[in-house]
Amino acid sequence: MIGRRTLLTSTAAVLAMPAIVERAGAQPAFDWKQFKGQKLVLSLTKNPRADNLQQHEKEFEELTGIRVESEQMPEQQQRPKMVMELASGNPSFDVTHFSLHVSKRVVGVGRWLEDMRPYLANRKLTAPDYDWADMSPGALRAATQPDGRIDSLPLETDIWLVYYNRQIFQQKGLRFPQTFDEMLAAARKINDPANGVYGFVARGVKNANVPVWTNFLLGQGQETVTPDGTTLLTDTPEAIWAGEIYKTILRECAPPGVVGFNWNECQTSFMQGKIGMWMDGVGFTPPLLDPKVSKIVDRVGFGLMPAGPKAHHCSVFTDALGIPVRSKAKEAAYLYCQWATSKQMLLNMVNMGGGASPRLSTYNDPTLLKASPFGREWLDTLLASMKIARPGLPEIVPVTEFRDVFGIALTNMISGGDPAAELRKATEAFKPVLAQSLKT
Amino acid sequence: MGATTAGLKAHPFVHEEGRRNYARSYWLFAMPAAVVVAAVIVFPWLFTLVMSVHDWKVSGNVYFVALRNYLHLTQDPRFLWAVARTLYFTTAAVVAPVLIGIWAAVCFASNFPLRGVARTIFIMPMMATPVAIALVWTMMFHPQLGVLNYLLSLVGLPPSGWVYSTTTVIPTLVMVETWQWTPLVMLIVLGGISGLPIDPYEAAIIDGANSWQMFRYITLPLVWPFIIVASVMRIIDALKTFDTIFVITNGGPGTSSETINMLLYQTAFGYYDLGYASAMVVVFFALILVISLALLRVRRMERWD
Repeated sequence: MIGRRTLLTSTAAVLAMPAIVERAGAQPAFDWKQFKGQKLVLSLTKNPRADNLQQHEKEFEELTGIRVESEQMPEQQQRPKMVMELASGNPSFDVTHFSLHVSKRVVGVGRWLEDMRPYLANRKLTAPDYDWADMSPGALRAATQPDGRIDSLPLETDIWLVYYNRQIFQQKGLRFPQTFDEMLAAARKINDPANGVYGFVARGVKNANVPVWTNFLLGQGQETVTPDGTTLLTDTPEAIWAGEIYKTILRECAPPGVVGFNWNECQTSFMQGKIGMWMDGVGFTPPLLDPKVSKIVDRVGFGLMPAGPKAHHCSVFTDALGIPVRSKAKEAAYLYCQWATSKQMLLNMVNMGGGASPRLSTYNDPTLLKASPFGREWLDTLLASMKIARPGLPEIVPVTEFRDVFGIALTNMISGGDPAAELRKATEAFKPVLAQSLKT
Repeated sequence: MGATTAGLKAHPFVHEEGRRNYARSYWLFAMPAAVVVAAVIVFPWLFTLVMSVHDWKVSGNVYFVALRNYLHLTQDPRFLWAVARTLYFTTAAVVAPVLIGIWAAVCFASNFPLRGVARTIFIMPMMATPVAIALVWTMMFHPQLGVLNYLLSLVGLPPSGWVYSTTTVIPTLVMVETWQWTPLVMLIVLGGISGLPIDPYEAAIIDGANSWQMFRYITLPLVWPFIIVASVMRIIDALKTFDTIFVITNGGPGTSSETINMLLYQTAFGYYDLGYASAMVVVFFALILVISLALLRVRRMERWD
């Protein structure tokens, strides 16, 4: 005989069972509000990635209750400002946005930024859906210091590709080149200075021009220094071959004045519809498709970097976010970095044309092609490039000096200098600088 | 000596028996200015001198290297070329505005219709922000899309490389400097001309002098001190030029417009080599000091009072 009390207790237990089971099986919800009320100061580099962060800043503030104060500065000013403030031991910011291909080793040697590994391993600080393993191997390699520390979270990987003018290619009966030799041949065929048409354009100005040369060099399966960063490989036969093709294509097929062109002059020239091909980073796509500034909106093609004689690669450059060890709001800053490099934020970035996402899942997202204004060819080129990408600059402390010394050699080549002699001279000039940097 | 002591004793604030010594409390008034000068001028200078004798990298250890940075400067071709380029740029960026400025001042000193309007338009470049006008010039210099090559094509001239050519970059930068700073020279010289007496000109006309002779033998000698002042200001400004070059060429193409200022900025904030950059600063300061003192000496010799 079941008593009334027993019946009531049993019924209550049965009714409550689903809630108890659900509670027992579920993980505790991640607490985004744990640092509510804190304030963060952000130092951002002026580019589309920073625009994306600032556009969604309010969402972060609502999600976490953390107040954010962000500032964008042109990279030429932001880079030295960041280094000087970090070196002073009293930085004015809690999160810094920087280029790993320029500042990775200098911040690594100074040990100025927090090691993110303990944060990533901390379940209280890292949301269960953050998925660090989703970062591409290239991005992980870029963010990892030689001693194993991960002192930044990758925000963007800027892939290099070749923009081309479909109409010019069709008129000349050309197909997109598969090798650098084919690219030179196509550029020569398109080149028609008498009518103001040029086959090819790329950066000629010192410092900025080095990645153009290293993209050619990657086609030889070689980078500019040995993997341990101690020995220069800049006057090898492969490096000289890359210098020769750089010199030939820019001297023969580029517009006059290319020796002083940075990416913006190249972009402006390409958008006028008189240039066959432009080699540069994928992050420069949006203006090409903006009818207000571009005359080639319906003619822009996106091509995979052609192959070299020995290998097929394109260069990649990575932006990242780091937290100064002297920040007084490190945990809140980590929440910001985590949010900024989350799947949704990086998807937003790709859709606005801000660059390539370091996350693999971004490219499997079913909404990507629908939301992206850049089309199938752009996305396919991006995906194919991700698979063949390698660093385009050496991971050494004096990377800016490297770019200047070899950039000067490259500008001298455009002015008629012999690639072998210029590269040997630059290599000899840079050897002591590299040796000195390894001592300190 | 005795006269000096007597003079001091006669001074109302010097301590005497039964009188208050104000001189002792004067240092309180001078203190704020002295502290500011020490903090913003003397200390940075001493610190720069200290850094210049060290191997001082931002991310590395600091080592005392005595005069090694200075010795390295004497063997560094990039620095030596930067010195040569600085002198070349400075000479051209002083001579052109001074000559054109004197000519403009003489023109604006005479009466002609709409003189006030013309003078206002002429001095407008000087009022613009250097960085803003540098950006505008950069667009105009573009070899394919810039308006300057279009204008050349209208008169049948071939296009120029402007700042995109290693051979024309410095003359082009000098052109921008001349455009912006000729009005300053004109204003200074015009001030001198407007204060000149009329009598010598009347006498010269009676003697049958022509316009050139009046300019050569009356105007020029009398306004010479003003021209020297304008030249000193231009030399110091031209030596220190940074913003225009930084925005338009950043020292390029290659290093063909890299002046000392550009190189030391890149060494300090691009290569983070503060020790070597400090040695450059010291040498650059010495160079400016020597040139300025030489000009002041010339000015003293030319004084006509």
